[in-house]
Amino acid sequence: MNSLFEYLIRLGDDSLILGHRLSEWCGHGPVLEEDIAMTNISLDLIGQTTSIFEYAGKVEGKGRSEDDIAFLRYQKDYKNLLLVERPNGDFGVTMMRQFLFDAFRKPLFERLVNASDAQLSAIAAKSLKETIYHLRHSSEWIIRLGDGTEESHQRIQDALDELWKYTAEMFVEDEVDESLLADGILPSMKGLKEEWMATVNSVLEQATLTIPTNNWEQHGGRNGKHSEHLGFILTELQYMQRAYPGMEW
Amino acid sequence: MKKEQDISELERKFQEKIDQDIKIEPKDWMPDNYRKTLIRQISQHAHSEVVGMLPEGNWITRAPNLRRKAVLLAKVQDEAGHGLYLYSATETLGADREDCIDDLHSGKAKYSSIFNYPTLTWADMGAVGWLVDGAAIMNQVPLCRCSYGPYARAMVKVCKEESFHQRQGYEIMMALAAGSVEQKEMAQDALNRFWWPSLMMFGPPDEDSKHTKQSMDWRIKRHSNDELRQMMVDITVPQAEAIGLTIPDADLKWNEEKGGYDYGEIDWDEFWNVVKGNGPCNKDRIDTRRKAKENGAWVREAANAHAEKRKARKLRRAS
Repeated sequence: MNSLFEYLIRLGDDSLILGHRLSEWCGHGPVLEEDIAMTNISLDLIGQTTSIFEYAGKVEGKGRSEDDIAFLRYQKDYKNLLLVERPNGDFGVTMMRQFLFDAFRKPLFERLVNASDAQLSAIAAKSLKETIYHLRHSSEWIIRLGDGTEESHQRIQDALDELWKYTAEMFVEDEVDESLLADGILPSMKGLKEEWMATVNSVLEQATLTIPTNNWEQHGGRNGKHSEHLGFILTELQYMQRAYPGMEW
Repeated sequence: MKKEQDISELERKFQEKIDQDIKIEPKDWMPDNYRKTLIRQISQHAHSEVVGMLPEGNWITRAPNLRRKAVLLAKVQDEAGHGLYLYSATETLGADREDCIDDLHSGKAKYSSIFNYPTLTWADMGAVGWLVDGAAIMNQVPLCRCSYGPYARAMVKVCKEESFHQRQGYEIMMALAAGSVEQKEMAQDALNRFWWPSLMMFGPPDEDSKHTKQSMDWRIKRHSNDELRQMMVDITVPQAEAIGLTIPDADLKWNEEKGGYDYGEIDWDEFWNVVKGNGPCNKDRIDTRRKAKENGAWVREAANAHAEKRKARKLRRAS
């Protein structure tokens, strides 16, 4: 197995699948400003996907394009976190999913900027700029909704309770990470989880929300063991490529 | 009596300004009907942008590759931006955005009927960009010189983006027309379905258009519906020919004398039916928008409540 390729697939799939989920909101947002914001974030994520997969194709060396990788794999070959394939739910669920993810992505990209691999470092630098905005946007919403009305507080607390078990998967390091670390391609991820936790604690405190006491961790996505939701995402995502194989668009 | 004389004097000066192409600004005096006409037109335009997000939003998750997906996302995002921009322009006339939106949901306010047609294939993303945005540009370029300043200025920005939309639509069609048999068929089918509704976008024929004359006197409108429609046909026919697609109109032919194309009769019964709510998607579109507003109510309430809390805390700290 090519560890760098595998790592890029994980990174790119997180962007692709979350970008897909956010794009489902288009035209259905709670205010027009949020239609614009969510579309914009989705657009950033699809942009990240493109550069990550373009590079993954080169690393793999089998002549696959970014589109081949994005559209033409089977479900078990997608390696995104279970968190990002969670259904949108209400706006609270979407924002909580986004916040938990952004709070992870920012310190991750900050570290990846220092990757010895120049291409990965450049992708991280560009993505980091975007992620800082995404995190600000989602944090502000968590605070507004948590410290808003009784109803919004309850809804966003429910969202946190629902999504919490999917967060541990962000910090699992397996043989892919280990081999890249050993080869000096990836920088050390030391302190990543602590930094994420500090952001989460600070925002949840301002939002008057409580971290669930149930510590059950749901894993699977990174190894291709997905929830039932991913199949439906791929049904839409791959529709054109499957219905009209091999055509240029 | 005196008051009426004052008003007619104000109206005279107002028309003088218009005739000299001096822009009317939000704080200037304007006749009530001018204000009403503009609120009606601009909010209708805003609604069209927002409802127009739906038929294209319909294909974002199914776009055939990453580049097309990104471009479509950017386009639909622009449309939301235009909507926001235009609702702001209505607010300079004293309208309220939420009231305007409620009028849309109750059916009191209209939006462009073209968005009541479904987008059934990927080629429809091409046809909508090429024809629908093409027709929109035709309508909107003259609006950059509209007598009402904020609307005219909004249109300058909107038109720049619309021309990018139109190009991306045509580019989708070009790719399809140069593609496989299935792709060509898909492109022709989309053109067949969107051609006539696109021509209807310019509104009823001049002799049946109740708003045209006054709007032209006020320089809100610069060209009649039929003039704009003729321009659309003349520009679009060669574009279709260039990529080997056929305009679905047996009566279409070049008229040397007028220097433009003669085209077949438009089915105005269909047009009025769709305007009245009997189009294929009218109910779905409005239901979707209404649901978005209803489902978002708790979010907007929370945002307001939070803003109030922050204000109160700030006041407490200050005292």
